[in-house]
Amino acid sequence: MKDIVEIRWHGRGGQGAKTAALLLADVAFQTGKYVQGFPEYGPERMGAPITAYNRISDKEIRVHSNIYDPDYVVVVDESLLETVHVTDGLKKEGAIVINTEKSKEEIMPHLHGYEGKVYTIDARKVSIEALGKYFPNSPMLAAIVKVSGVMDRETFMKEMRSSFAHKFASKPEVIEGNMKALEMAFDQVQ
Amino acid sequence: MATDMSKINESCSWKDLTEGMQVYEGGSSAKFHTGEWTAIKPEFDAEKCTQCLLCVPVCPDSAIPVSDYKRGEFDYDHCKGCGICVNACKPGAITMKGVNK
Amino acid sequence: MARRDRLSGNEAVAEALRQINPDVMPAFPITPSTEIPQYFSKFVANGQVDTEFIPVESEHSAMSAAIGAEAAGARTLSATSSCGMAYMWEELYIAASNRLPIALALVNRALSGPININCDHSDSMGARDAGWIQIYAENNQEAYDNMVQAFRIAEHKDVRLPIMVCQDGFITSHAVENITLLEDEEVKNFVGEYHPEHYMLNPQETMAIGPYSVTNYYMEAKRAQAEGLHNAKRVIKEVADEFAKISGRQYGWFEEYQMEDAEYAMVLIGSAAGTAKDAVDKLRAEGKKVGLIKIRMFRPFPAEEIAQALKNVKAVALMDRTESYNDHGGPIGAEVMAALFRAKISCEAVNYVYGLGGRDVRVEHIEEVFAELEKVAAEGTDSAYRYMGLRE
Repeated sequence: MKDIVEIRWHGRGGQGAKTAALLLADVAFQTGKYVQGFPEYGPERMGAPITAYNRISDKEIRVHSNIYDPDYVVVVDESLLETVHVTDGLKKEGAIVINTEKSKEEIMPHLHGYEGKVYTIDARKVSIEALGKYFPNSPMLAAIVKVSGVMDRETFMKEMRSSFAHKFASKPEVIEGNMKALEMAFDQVQ
Repeated sequence: MATDMSKINESCSWKDLTEGMQVYEGGSSAKFHTGEWTAIKPEFDAEKCTQCLLCVPVCPDSAIPVSDYKRGEFDYDHCKGCGICVNACKPGAITMKGVNK
Repeated sequence: MARRDRLSGNEAVAEALRQINPDVMPAFPITPSTEIPQYFSKFVANGQVDTEFIPVESEHSAMSAAIGAEAAGARTLSATSSCGMAYMWEELYIAASNRLPIALALVNRALSGPININCDHSDSMGARDAGWIQIYAENNQEAYDNMVQAFRIAEHKDVRLPIMVCQDGFITSHAVENITLLEDEEVKNFVGEYHPEHYMLNPQETMAIGPYSVTNYYMEAKRAQAEGLHNAKRVIKEVADEFAKISGRQYGWFEEYQMEDAEYAMVLIGSAAGTAKDAVDKLRAEGKKVGLIKIRMFRPFPAEEIAQALKNVKAVALMDRTESYNDHGGPIGAEVMAALFRAKISCEAVNYVYGLGGRDVRVEHIEEVFAELEKVAAEGTDSAYRYMGLRE
């Protein structure tokens, strides 16, 4: 892993992109990294395009700007490809991870000539199968952890379980479903 | 900063004022002779007075002293001459007079 | 034993407040400070603190209730942002002139209009002459550390003034970052119990707070108030030194970064200082002698010391995250230039307005400013009042 990894999340209000960015900061922190997790705030509401960011580093992070040249981009909602230039500044040594049921070949024309690696995952299918509901953020979180390699699978799963145990203390019944979604996404992202 | 209120007056240094001009004693308004704020004052005729004491509670400046259930002479240091006591006095024992009259 | 954690700036302040366990907190929600009373009221509901939380109906009431509670003898604070602080305006002056050491966790946000919820310093900078102590944070760690130190400064017998503990809205308030926390017991011992000398609920002493001051007294009263702020400078340093002993983190009136041999310098406040440090490192690697001064304490203002820190530079950029609408710069510009003039230090000084309404501050922007400073030092300039990051 490089000194610092910068990740940009594109989602829609209500899909949990911000929560996913904060969770990623959370688990990366547990592995001893310096982290930042922050959303870009505006008057957005449910359904509006939102952006969130992560920095994960071995050194102290002092910069407080948004991320313009990310190493990785996560697209939580495929429809954003039509309206948001999600690949802006994305390093070609990096990668983009998109929630879609389509194949890479079908997605490529929407990526404005991006030359780096493209990964897809059908987070809807994973989520429905694992949770019975559509919450794309858990599968997308697992997908970006695998693609970026910011931590190994075992550590990630262990930290996520304890994070969920805290987050879902009042509804522990959803923990297993979310853990299953993470495992499935780790296997299925390609 | 001084906390002895008696040492604070209009000629003392800023260093001698209390913090935030706080006043560390109760009832200190008695020290200010607001009775100087008027040129007309009530006068009290002890012979007409029935000692009903209806004038006492209506006085906004507590300027009618009472002892042994009887009112005494007005406290002119604090009476602002509003005349409410004149209205309250049924036997007509209180009248307003200009001090210079 | 320090605890390593990851918290947002708002969580960090709420955590400090939990550890301080103040007596009274009246507050009204406003973005982006809402989370502070939100998290804190949870601590109250869970019985983790025994603070009286007052959900008031406005910020005007919040500060009024804070004044009443503090006058009664309770350690009191509130939290707000932007228009919420503007609605406290009258009470800010009353809290200060009555010498009530209230703390205000201020999460900086632009004042309307145009209406905007993001960060700039127009709210606290507008209140800079209200008589409050103001300290600012670069990140969540500093927001936490400043909050822990706040009551010690405000309640000091030589100070007795309210204190504003400021951090940048969203940029630090909503960003989760690493932080090192003190143990509850350490904070409790450091902050100590509050025993005001005079307070209204004292049955042994009747007192009045906030009496009318006629002209014969008013000016002396204001001069006496100024003395409290003067003393705050010394006390802020003393408290910081004591805090260093328990935390290992040393604070001062301002932080100098790469200033020893700097020829080009920048003076700024808040989260942009972190970004600017990265820019300084980058330029230093290219051999450029650049440095920065991050102001922590803006009220009182460490004029003499900042002027001395700048005495060897060729040019300095004075960075204001607010407009003063005086047609020649912002408050940091005005303070620092006055300080330089008094110290008879004549370097080139350019006042930049930046980051209004949450406009992002990038490393590249800071590099451009340093490049402009070099040009100004070489050629001089007739435009010493500029904008950074503006579309022309």
